[in-house]
Amino acid sequence: MKNTLRQVFHSPKFVAGFVIFALILLTMIIYPLFNPGNPLEQIGVGTFAKPGTYVSLYDAAKSPTETLRLADANDKRIASRLSDSDRVEMVEWFKIMNVSVEGLDISDTDALIDLWSANYDPSVRPQGMTNAKVNYYKRLNNQINELRSGDSILIADYDDEGNLIESKKISSEDYVNTKSVANVKFLPLGTDNFGRDVLKELVSATGTSIRIGLIAGIVATLIGLTFGLLAGYVGGVLDDVIMFVTNIFTVIPSFVLLILITYSLGQEQRGATVVATVIGFTSWTWTARSVRSQVISLRNRDHVNLSKLSGHSLLRIVLMDILPYIASYVVMAFILQVSSGILAEAQLSLLGLGPKTTQVPTLGLMMNWAMLYSAHTNGSWWAYFPVILVISLISFSLNLMNTGLDQVFNPTLRD
Amino acid sequence: MGKAMLEVRNLKTKYVTRFHEDVYAVDGVSFTIEEGKSLGIAGESGCGKSTLALSMMGYYFPPLHYISGDIIIDGKNISGMKPDDVRKTILGSEIAYIPQAAMNALNPTQKIIRFIEDVIRAHDPKKDKKEIREIAAARFKELGLPPETLDKHAVELSGGMKQRTVIAVSTILNPKVLIADEPSSALDVTSQKMVIKMMKELMEKGYIKSMLFITHELPLLYNVTDDIMVMYAGQIVEKGTAQEMVFDPVHPYAHGLMDSILVPEEGTRGQKLGAIPGAPPNLKKPPDGCRFAERCKYACADCRYTAIPEKPFGDGRMYRCLKDVDELKEVYANE
Amino acid sequence: MSEEVRNNTDFENKPLCLSGRGVTKIFGFGDKKTVAVDHVDFDFHEGEFVSIVGESGSGKTTLSKMLLGLSNQTEGQILFQGKPRDISSGRKKKEYWKGIQAIFQDPFSSFNTFQKVDNVLLDCINMRGGKSLSKKEKFDMMTEACNFVNLKFAELTNKYPFELSGGQMQRLMIARIFLLKPKILLADEPTSMVDACSRATILDMLLNLRDETGMTVIFITHDIGLAYYISDTVYIMEHGKFVEYGKADEVILQPKAAYTKRLISDVPKIHEEWDLSTVDQLSEN
Repeated sequence: MKNTLRQVFHSPKFVAGFVIFALILLTMIIYPLFNPGNPLEQIGVGTFAKPGTYVSLYDAAKSPTETLRLADANDKRIASRLSDSDRVEMVEWFKIMNVSVEGLDISDTDALIDLWSANYDPSVRPQGMTNAKVNYYKRLNNQINELRSGDSILIADYDDEGNLIESKKISSEDYVNTKSVANVKFLPLGTDNFGRDVLKELVSATGTSIRIGLIAGIVATLIGLTFGLLAGYVGGVLDDVIMFVTNIFTVIPSFVLLILITYSLGQEQRGATVVATVIGFTSWTWTARSVRSQVISLRNRDHVNLSKLSGHSLLRIVLMDILPYIASYVVMAFILQVSSGILAEAQLSLLGLGPKTTQVPTLGLMMNWAMLYSAHTNGSWWAYFPVILVISLISFSLNLMNTGLDQVFNPTLRD
Repeated sequence: MGKAMLEVRNLKTKYVTRFHEDVYAVDGVSFTIEEGKSLGIAGESGCGKSTLALSMMGYYFPPLHYISGDIIIDGKNISGMKPDDVRKTILGSEIAYIPQAAMNALNPTQKIIRFIEDVIRAHDPKKDKKEIREIAAARFKELGLPPETLDKHAVELSGGMKQRTVIAVSTILNPKVLIADEPSSALDVTSQKMVIKMMKELMEKGYIKSMLFITHELPLLYNVTDDIMVMYAGQIVEKGTAQEMVFDPVHPYAHGLMDSILVPEEGTRGQKLGAIPGAPPNLKKPPDGCRFAERCKYACADCRYTAIPEKPFGDGRMYRCLKDVDELKEVYANE
Repeated sequence: MSEEVRNNTDFENKPLCLSGRGVTKIFGFGDKKTVAVDHVDFDFHEGEFVSIVGESGSGKTTLSKMLLGLSNQTEGQILFQGKPRDISSGRKKKEYWKGIQAIFQDPFSSFNTFQKVDNVLLDCINMRGGKSLSKKEKFDMMTEACNFVNLKFAELTNKYPFELSGGQMQRLMIARIFLLKPKILLADEPTSMVDACSRATILDMLLNLRDETGMTVIFITHDIGLAYYISDTVYIMEHGKFVEYGKADEVILQPKAAYTKRLISDVPKIHEEWDLSTVDQLSEN
């Protein structure tokens, strides 16, 4: 036993898979400690906030400031405010004004602004240009001038008599230390369509999905193991009956069966545990078949005959003399079942037949939401890409562990 | 004295295991087989006889590794050759190898004639099918195998037939040495007899020039080979003619082995069987002295610490024991 | 010691231990029907050392399964101590198995590799109703059994089967029989997978076991030399039938059946010439 474990942990494939899976599990446990609370809390009012750090503007405005004179502050400000489309329009203007734009790089803000101030004249109205366009260029020019001038922003308050009076003036050289701002929110993966923190949701969903996988794996392995052991060891009519049932389940594609069962259960009945059990119930055939064939080859081994001659009961023979021999095999099958259980849940949820839940997210549900709210078409990659990555990592690590175990237990596969 | 067909000089090979504990399975083995002669190797399982057979072909693949020594086949040293070259130029034409499970090596989807085509074409790609069939049919007829066998699949043949077919196929190129590792152990006595008869015919008709026969069944070895070597823990402990080895063994291990022979002959019933207690030493760390000392009834303190060389005696015999031949014979006589 | 018993005892007058009348085993139905054992009669007496010799496919393993009660005969009757044996229920089978035990061919598959070897012996003591014995008594019994087969019990405790050699395992199997003391021991080729040197040890132990406990030993083998060496009575089996049986000396030295003659002539010998020319090309298959 000890030796087997040593061998298992000498297999690089198993160790790699194990480490990945352990890291995922560890994140699942540790992250909620740092970021407690309901993972489905809607913190954002809008949809799909970009990943990044959010600083409370309200708090920042009232925070004590430091004056920092940073040479490139202006340039950065202008650069960050000039959108790509603005830059394209600027180049367009130059072309109309017959200014050579050769060698101009639109990402080079400095050169662009220089060229702009030298060539833009608000009084010029090129022929054929619409009013809207002319006004757009005027607005753009004002904006650029404003940015360059570094004018202060005034914050005004009403005084007792209802007149606006200046309460604070924010200059372009005022800086606020984020530490002195009371409310700063870091959203590494932004928010989803409901304005929920995607990372928090993802961690919680990973946990639920692994739980679903485990329940499905346990259910499938238990059913498969029991049927396989009975059919293989007892044989005869029982074997025929069990194999008949198994064959029926094998012939019908399990995913179709899954869809039909979950659909007929109805929206209200579909909790995460129920869906997991249903997944387990449709995927035991493979385990049953392989356990049966292994048991049949073990049944005639001499140690089983000796155990019979020693008068041991059927249960004891199965548990003590047969089960240990197929244990490694069952563990491998279990790992695969867990992996396929997680995938099956994701598939079902994507179709909208997954667990109906308002309390816990699952990986499949997250994909479903992202798809329903067109995250993939509006460029909100953070709403679905991390989910895909996590699903792939989980099934990759589980399959890696399985391959590693296979190589340990089937020496012929070793390289 | 005939021409040496196979000469092995101080061959050493090892198995490299997963946790880098090397097993020195063949540790300094030397012997010569002359043209027209056959040599048998006897010993317990795990004494290195099968490894010796594999090592002698020069066909090394992990975990088996070559350490040192020479393997000379008809004057040609093959010990340094690459496995690929060995496969192309040595196997089949110089050496044929028949393992115990040879009969299971036949691809069940192909007819027997295809294997013969493969073997012949590996060395002479230009031979056409008709020519090959003629050669094969003639050889099969001569060896008492029905020529219809050529067009059969392996599954249609019985175990003994399969084994004989494999031998016929692998000796079709008239190799200089035939190495047979327990070729008949999985067979019934009748099939075994037919396999042996065929191998003897191959020798008599000169299709093979020499033979190395490995088995743990001593009566079989006695009847098949001219000389017998007894192997123990990777080394040869005694060598002599079959007659000498069975009726007059010198080394205590060989003596114990010969005492355990059981044959259905008058007088064997009720005689005391020789039994050697204990197990062979661990070859990861072979003992310094005599490797048999731990199990030897006659061992003294010196045996355990003195490395024992091969000692020649009599008419070309050899043994590996600290004690003198006469001393040992006296001990046996007094038992 | 064992020599005298082997040469002088006449077992005809001893009480019957296991006998069979028209025992038959048929596998399959209709066209696929195979008769593995074909109406065999036998009488094994108390304390007799019987060998059943046959080549592979002769039905000796099927017969041994039936004798052990691991499978039922299709036809015929097996009598245990003169009475028809009844193995129709689990309880009756358990009762029968107190009287008959086995040693199998492959020591490596005879042990549960996941259990320590001392468990095997402990199990035997429990089976013999020694559950309530003190630890010390159990330990003494196991030590005695191990001493009988020349193993040191202290060296075996806490070991797994794969840490033992084939010979040691097979001896442990004999120790198991020593503890169980059944009326009949069925040994199914117990030496075919062990080395020649260990073989001698095991054979000697089986003979000692018989002499000490007076049990009937049914020895199944393909090696006629071995059968001749060890047994009092030899049954030769061919295609599911006994073609010849009788005292070992008579059957081996003056064989009557053609099959026995062939079997003997096909085995290599060391004092007589092994005549290769008598191989009958058609006798194969």
